Amino acid sequence: MKSTAKILLSIAAILLFFVFLYWAQKNLDPYKVRILNLCAINIILTLSLNLTNGFTGLFSLGTAGFMAVGAYVSALLTMPYDIKTMNFFMVPINPVLAELHAPFIAALILAGIVSTVVGFLIGAPVLKLKGDYLAIATLGFGEIISVVFTNTQTITNGALGLKGIPQYTILYWSWGTAVIVIIGLMMLLNSSYGRAFKAIREDETAAQAMGINLFYHKLLSFSISAFIAGIGGALLGNLISTIDPTMFRFSLTYQILLMVVLGGMGSITGSVISASIMTVIMELLRAVESPMNLGFISLPGIPGMRMVVFSALLIAVALFMRRGIMGEKEFSWDMLFGKGAGRRESA
Amino acid sequence: MTFELFLQHFINGISLGSLYALIAIGYTMVYGIVRLINFAHGDIIMLAAYFVFFGVGLFHMPWWLAALFSIVLTALVGMGIEKAAYKPLRDAPRISILISAIGVSFFLENFGIVVFGGRPQAFYSPEVFQRVIKLGNVSIISLGIIIPIIAITLLLGLVYVVNNTRTGMAMRACSKDIDTAKLMGIDVDRIISLTFGLGSALAAVGGIMWGLKYPQLHPLIGIMPGLKCFIAAVVGGIGNIPGAMLGGFILGLGEILLVAFLPGLSGYRDAFAFVILILILLFRPTGILGEKVAEKV
Amino acid sequence: MNLLEVKNITVKFGGLTAVSDFSLSLKKGEIVGLIGPNGAGKTTAFNAITGIYKPTSGGINFGGKDITRMQPDKITKLGIARTFQNIRLFSNLSVLENVLVAHHLRLKSSFAAAMLRLPGYLREERAMRKEAEELLGGLALSRFMDEKAGSLPYGQQRRLEIARALATHPKILLLDEPAAGMNPKESHELMEFIEEIRDKFDLSIFMIEHHMQVVMGICERILVLDHGVTIAEGSPEDIQGNQKVIEAYLGVETDA
Repeated sequence: MKSTAKILLSIAAILLFFVFLYWAQKNLDPYKVRILNLCAINIILTLSLNLTNGFTGLFSLGTAGFMAVGAYVSALLTMPYDIKTMNFFMVPINPVLAELHAPFIAALILAGIVSTVVGFLIGAPVLKLKGDYLAIATLGFGEIISVVFTNTQTITNGALGLKGIPQYTILYWSWGTAVIVIIGLMMLLNSSYGRAFKAIREDETAAQAMGINLFYHKLLSFSISAFIAGIGGALLGNLISTIDPTMFRFSLTYQILLMVVLGGMGSITGSVISASIMTVIMELLRAVESPMNLGFISLPGIPGMRMVVFSALLIAVALFMRRGIMGEKEFSWDMLFGKGAGRRESA
Repeated sequence: MTFELFLQHFINGISLGSLYALIAIGYTMVYGIVRLINFAHGDIIMLAAYFVFFGVGLFHMPWWLAALFSIVLTALVGMGIEKAAYKPLRDAPRISILISAIGVSFFLENFGIVVFGGRPQAFYSPEVFQRVIKLGNVSIISLGIIIPIIAITLLLGLVYVVNNTRTGMAMRACSKDIDTAKLMGIDVDRIISLTFGLGSALAAVGGIMWGLKYPQLHPLIGIMPGLKCFIAAVVGGIGNIPGAMLGGFILGLGEILLVAFLPGLSGYRDAFAFVILILILLFRPTGILGEKVAEKV
Repeated sequence: MNLLEVKNITVKFGGLTAVSDFSLSLKKGEIVGLIGPNGAGKTTAFNAITGIYKPTSGGINFGGKDITRMQPDKITKLGIARTFQNIRLFSNLSVLENVLVAHHLRLKSSFAAAMLRLPGYLREERAMRKEAEELLGGLALSRFMDEKAGSLPYGQQRRLEIARALATHPKILLLDEPAAGMNPKESHELMEFIEEIRDKFDLSIFMIEHHMQVVMGICERILVLDHGVTIAEGSPEDIQGNQKVIEAYLGVETDA
């Protein structure tokens, strides 16, 4: 198939999808709309983590931390003055923050930028080193963000969290962002910079010997990933309307990690597929946690069971399905129409 | 600050540090041989504490028997984890085994929440650990002295085993070069398994004493000590046993003294270790006692 | 004037001295060989020149610039490219992509321009693709262009590694055992190939090689390392007749 035809096909598919979203936003019940929103947000987060872990070979576990930064920035920028002051009844809010206000789009972008700055500060010292230190340092960073946010009461309201964040995240925002992130990453990864990232993943020493500045490119990948995760966190905060520091801990990062690994480390379309599937499965699994009546027997709900299934799945994927659904391949129109196995990106 | 008060903090720091040291050993030994950050090591601590809790509460064992039972059981769990989740991936890319380790850790935490319940439980502490000892003007709880004594005895024992027994020699050989060790006829699988067992047993002792020191059990109590002890191992020089002990004491003492001298920062207590980690990675990435290893190109 | 001037470098790891007091001068267009028994420190010397290891003492000067302790990527940018003893291709990338990666160091567009496919970037991308395709064509690798590098036969992988190094536009090419694992016919072809690229790309070549046929055949000068120490330097004839070399090296290596 010719590449212009493929591009047209892709544009048509995206338009069709937005027609569906238009219908869904109006006709589906709030619960289903929420799941669709979560799908988009999880796609964004999974891609953010896949950029570092799958495409650049940097094993980062900082997603939850960056999400926290993004969620708080956006929340503080979008909450009205009255609601902010109501939230901070224990320790008053910093007066400058109380006055701050921005439209949602600006809040999202600022959430990304602040998260990038934090990512840069964490990444700069740690990315100079090889190996798994990055995993521990970024995981620790995520945990520490939650400690810091609990202690900075005039900014974050501490352990009480923020309530009444305006629910601006509707399907157009979440999916609009997701589509931009998908296309943006595809374009980045198909460019010379993307090849440099992949070269670093394949063989750091050889990449450096080919003249690639490791530190610059790692930091670039890490910062872009932080940017995307920050926006993802912001969308999440403005969807669920209540956030607190304990939400953004390791457990959240591990969930995103499973989606990355399941979809295939180094596959954008794999991440999209696995994030969508896992979001739905996670919702279905809620059934396990609530009491069930099977007619002849009634089972008590087991709170926490969802996460047990989830973590067992993570081990299983690592053990038996190392390459995930897509490996490093991408879904393409050629694949759909049966013209040869999935070749490089084309969507 | 009076000298007495300082002494009190100091003893407290030593006691926390010796717990960190016990747990850090497991990280460093495993990393030294299989080059894996055993994410599940922190959760092993939690399991050990719960084993004692149930041994005493459910099976009415005497306290010491429950502790002994817990140490053995925890060692077996550690070895079981290695067999089930790490061994099949030994020749796989490093990233797969790391993911598996994260999965195991996450599994143990969630399994704990489902089986043990998410609500904190009170850990039973025998009277012998709670006696108040007076040294002049300083009064300390006996536990504060017993912990370092047990820990240091075990650490010395471990150093003896590693340096003076055939198994210890095999362990050292494996951590130098696992392929050559295999060629020399060392049963590498057995040594790795033993390393996990030994590391887990020490972590179990650490976990039980952790429960005595902070008698609130919860399925997630292992995470923070786990992360900090890994940092302790890095600070001392990963793969280096005396280094892990040194790192443990530095972190424990540092944390307690930080809170003692700067009470305003007590909320950031858990962040201290990570600041140390970043600093050590920046200025001495091989750790205090670690040797510089040139990467083979 | 010498293009590359290595002056008395010593590389130590802890207490172990891998290379001691190593010196080398390389003129434009020269092919110089480095031989020595296994573990003599040949690759270490390579790694010190290319910046992977930092010499403990001594200095390296390239084209009038001091490159001692410079980062490997900076050194490559200045014009020293290399291959590796145990081939290090980007196995999961295609053959073409492997070569394109080596063009990245000259890219002027920012990542944003690249991501947004701005005209300036597209021009650069087209130019690098054209050049890469020509290079692969010239090295008889065209038909493998879209294959994964890791799936290539061994001989082609070695060739691709050289192609990738050439794509960085080097003035000096360091080859680490290019003839390893080759039969006499293949190594003969390799010799012609090396001379060909030297002339075509205006290169100076410094190579580590075990195959005496290759080394003696194309090198104008040879250095011999043993236990990190340079025990001889001279023309192939000098080396062949050197008693020290025969003792240290030829006496040990039976396949020479």
